[in-house]
Amino acid sequence: MDMTRREFLKATGGLVFALSTDCALSAEAKATSIGAWVRIAPDGTVTIYSAGAEMGQGSMTSLATILAEEMDADWSKVKIEFAPADAQLYGYALNNGRMMSIVGSRAVQLYYNQLRIAGAQVRKVLVANAAKKWGVEPAALRTEPGFVVNPAGGQRLSYGEIAGFGEIPSTLPAVDAKELKNRKDFRLIGKQVARHDLPGKVNGTARYAIDVNLPGMVYASTVHSPVHDATTKVWNSIEPMAPMAAPESWNDTEVKRMKGVIATVKLPNGVAVVADTFDHARAARNALKVTWSKAKAAGFDSQKALEDYERIHADPAAQKDTIEAKGDVKVAFSSATRTYRAEFRSDYGYHAQMEPLNAVVRLNDEGNRAEVWEGSQAPDVSRRAVATALGFREDQVDYHQCYMGGGFGRRSLGDYAAEAALVAKAVRKPVKLIWTREEDIAQGMFRPQSFQCLEAATDAGGKVTGWKHCVVGDGEFLLQTGVRIPYYDVPNQFIERRGVSHGVKLKHWRAVGHVFNTFAIESMVDRMAVDQGMDPIAFRFEKMGATPKTRKVFEALAEMCDYRAARPQDRALGVSITERSGSLGAGAVEISLDRSSGKIRVHKVWTAVDGGVIVQPEQAKHNIESAIIYGLSSVLHERVTLKEGRVEQSNFHDYALMRISDVPDEMHVRFVDADTRPTGLGEIGNPFIAPAIANAVFRLTGKRLDHMPFTPERVKEALKA
Amino acid sequence: MAAPKRHPEEARMGAFTINGKRVAVKAEPNTPLLWVLRDELKLTGTKYGCGASLCGACTVHLEGAAVRACVTPVSAVEGKRVTTIEGLSPNSSHPLQKAWIEQAVPQCGYCQSGQLMKAAELLAANKNPSRDEIIRHMNGNLCRCGTYNRIIAAIQQAAKEA
Repeated sequence: MDMTRREFLKATGGLVFALSTDCALSAEAKATSIGAWVRIAPDGTVTIYSAGAEMGQGSMTSLATILAEEMDADWSKVKIEFAPADAQLYGYALNNGRMMSIVGSRAVQLYYNQLRIAGAQVRKVLVANAAKKWGVEPAALRTEPGFVVNPAGGQRLSYGEIAGFGEIPSTLPAVDAKELKNRKDFRLIGKQVARHDLPGKVNGTARYAIDVNLPGMVYASTVHSPVHDATTKVWNSIEPMAPMAAPESWNDTEVKRMKGVIATVKLPNGVAVVADTFDHARAARNALKVTWSKAKAAGFDSQKALEDYERIHADPAAQKDTIEAKGDVKVAFSSATRTYRAEFRSDYGYHAQMEPLNAVVRLNDEGNRAEVWEGSQAPDVSRRAVATALGFREDQVDYHQCYMGGGFGRRSLGDYAAEAALVAKAVRKPVKLIWTREEDIAQGMFRPQSFQCLEAATDAGGKVTGWKHCVVGDGEFLLQTGVRIPYYDVPNQFIERRGVSHGVKLKHWRAVGHVFNTFAIESMVDRMAVDQGMDPIAFRFEKMGATPKTRKVFEALAEMCDYRAARPQDRALGVSITERSGSLGAGAVEISLDRSSGKIRVHKVWTAVDGGVIVQPEQAKHNIESAIIYGLSSVLHERVTLKEGRVEQSNFHDYALMRISDVPDEMHVRFVDADTRPTGLGEIGNPFIAPAIANAVFRLTGKRLDHMPFTPERVKEALKA
Repeated sequence: MAAPKRHPEEARMGAFTINGKRVAVKAEPNTPLLWVLRDELKLTGTKYGCGASLCGACTVHLEGAAVRACVTPVSAVEGKRVTTIEGLSPNSSHPLQKAWIEQAVPQCGYCQSGQLMKAAELLAANKNPSRDEIIRHMNGNLCRCGTYNRIIAAIQQAAKEA
């Protein structure tokens, strides 16, 4: 509601004309803005700004449906545009601030209430104007999609008509939660509308930043120190001025002589080559031989470091952070009937978004304004990063959001947009900067590798009374997501993180820490169930203090996968549970294993999810299917290693992504009915995969997998053990 | 469509037929077709994913056969017919494009031009492919969003309706 005042700053009183963004001016000059989010044209076209940065998850559409629902818009007349990169107007509220970062499955979850209120405010303005015209009380009127209706007088006014004569109050009216629609009256929420971005994605017209062409544009490609040189909170503080290894010298004369090369540009942490075509820029970039200043990760060996994590875990002087301390674990363990202990490991993971990182930047002739085209999960952050790089105020930067060819957590910093801005400034020409795939991997910001030690204590009845989990690695908060177990009620818990800093770039990565933490937690639970000779779901219900919500998703899962049914002889089922961004999901996989090659084959996947009210059910299902495949790919195939501080993988031949031949025959997603506000769904399908597979492998072979990914070599090793 | 007649001078300029129209391009002969399409002809539906024939995002048709534009030098298409996603059909009317929408296949969408062109090659040769045939044919095209199941379903649907 505190939006209202700021919205009004955009207005001039009375009718407010369209904001002068790049796309709004000509076509809808006569459209009326009501608040920051909505414009209504005389023909009834309703244009809604969506703050849902679109990387395929569909929130560009779903956020618009939330607002359209409460304003009772006629969906067939709704147009969707990306919201401007202005967090004060278009951000969600979090931690006493406003931000637009679409990370952590936040879009629907954090915009839901705000957009319902905003939609209801627009509706209230329309109703008030109709009431005034008809000389009746607003309370006597109702709305139908696109119309205000007076049931008593039988009159109707379309939203377009009202926009033509209506007065927009200086402050949009307050809306009480009681005035919002009842769930049973929803026309759009919980139904499925066509996704806004689909048509352009089957005919080549969907515009990604990499597709932007400007008159006089030149092409750039960069190299950065191949030896990683990250600050501890790289994921929180990336900017082109960040203290990363600088270029000291390079074969400038040679490179500048190459075909089409226009310039080389020294950046604080890299070298850019600018050329007349991207092919020329790429060839020259590949020919660069740069001497770099010393980088923090010099000499770093990821496999040796992972081995060393065990020592860090045992070192009383290691840097520690307590994440959960509940009850008294000492007593729980000293009085235990039985104790358990297990260790787990996981490797670095790469986002591998299909569109390599890129941005287009143009400065004006005076050099005091910049325009940016980028696909960003956080347009407000990107805009700020560009302004910072250029020494501009944010209002000197016009930001044009584009579709993202995948994000998965990587595209929320604006680092490469800022880099493009520096190059554009240096050459005084519009620049399209593209990182090669090789650069994209070499400069990857990875899901951290981890070592984990779990210990549990049970009482005489087999109930888990004590729980200790220590996760060791680099990446601070990235390391600890998903390490808590709110879906179980274990009375005594001690959960901690032990940190180390390698200088390797790390970042959020579709559920990040949940991936390896859930692997460890749910593998541990399965071990205890087996030890006690219990069914793994029954064990969770009876011995882990499964919460009512946990029971509900497991019960739905058991029904979906016909849990008690016998599996074909060479197949086995594994189950697990995960939470993420407020959602809870229980999952199962049915697998087989080729013992000679060590290759795991996942035939069927089921998941039952509690995600609160589901705004766009089909889309939500697709999103979860996507996370399932992302999970399968990472758990079965993907692995980044570093030697001498350099990433060893360089393209999709040695960083293997899952291909269509490994796709499960069946994937089933079900939402359990819940009347709570929506929670995040973009990542809930991912973390349950690793433990579910590991638990299924145990059912099949009696062997435990404790290091992800489960590459064929590792599986074969486990079978020998 | 018959192969267009080659004029010696045009051949030197890298003349070929793109989506039914003859063009002459300036790029050097060894320039990958991908960058000629994207940067010179402004046909940006064909995507750069890996630059090394590993992902399939740049798949186009050369005389009806799916090729990787990122490793196809423009000299190799001289005098030949190239079709990109922009030329697959007017108005997204190809049965695969319609099925792609109905099955809501794309997520981020970046790989989908390549997926569609690769799938179109299959349906042109095999009107009723089995699931295994689809998988074998499509296995070179990566999709990081994991839309594989829907790709299979959409190809099956298009085969039925074509």
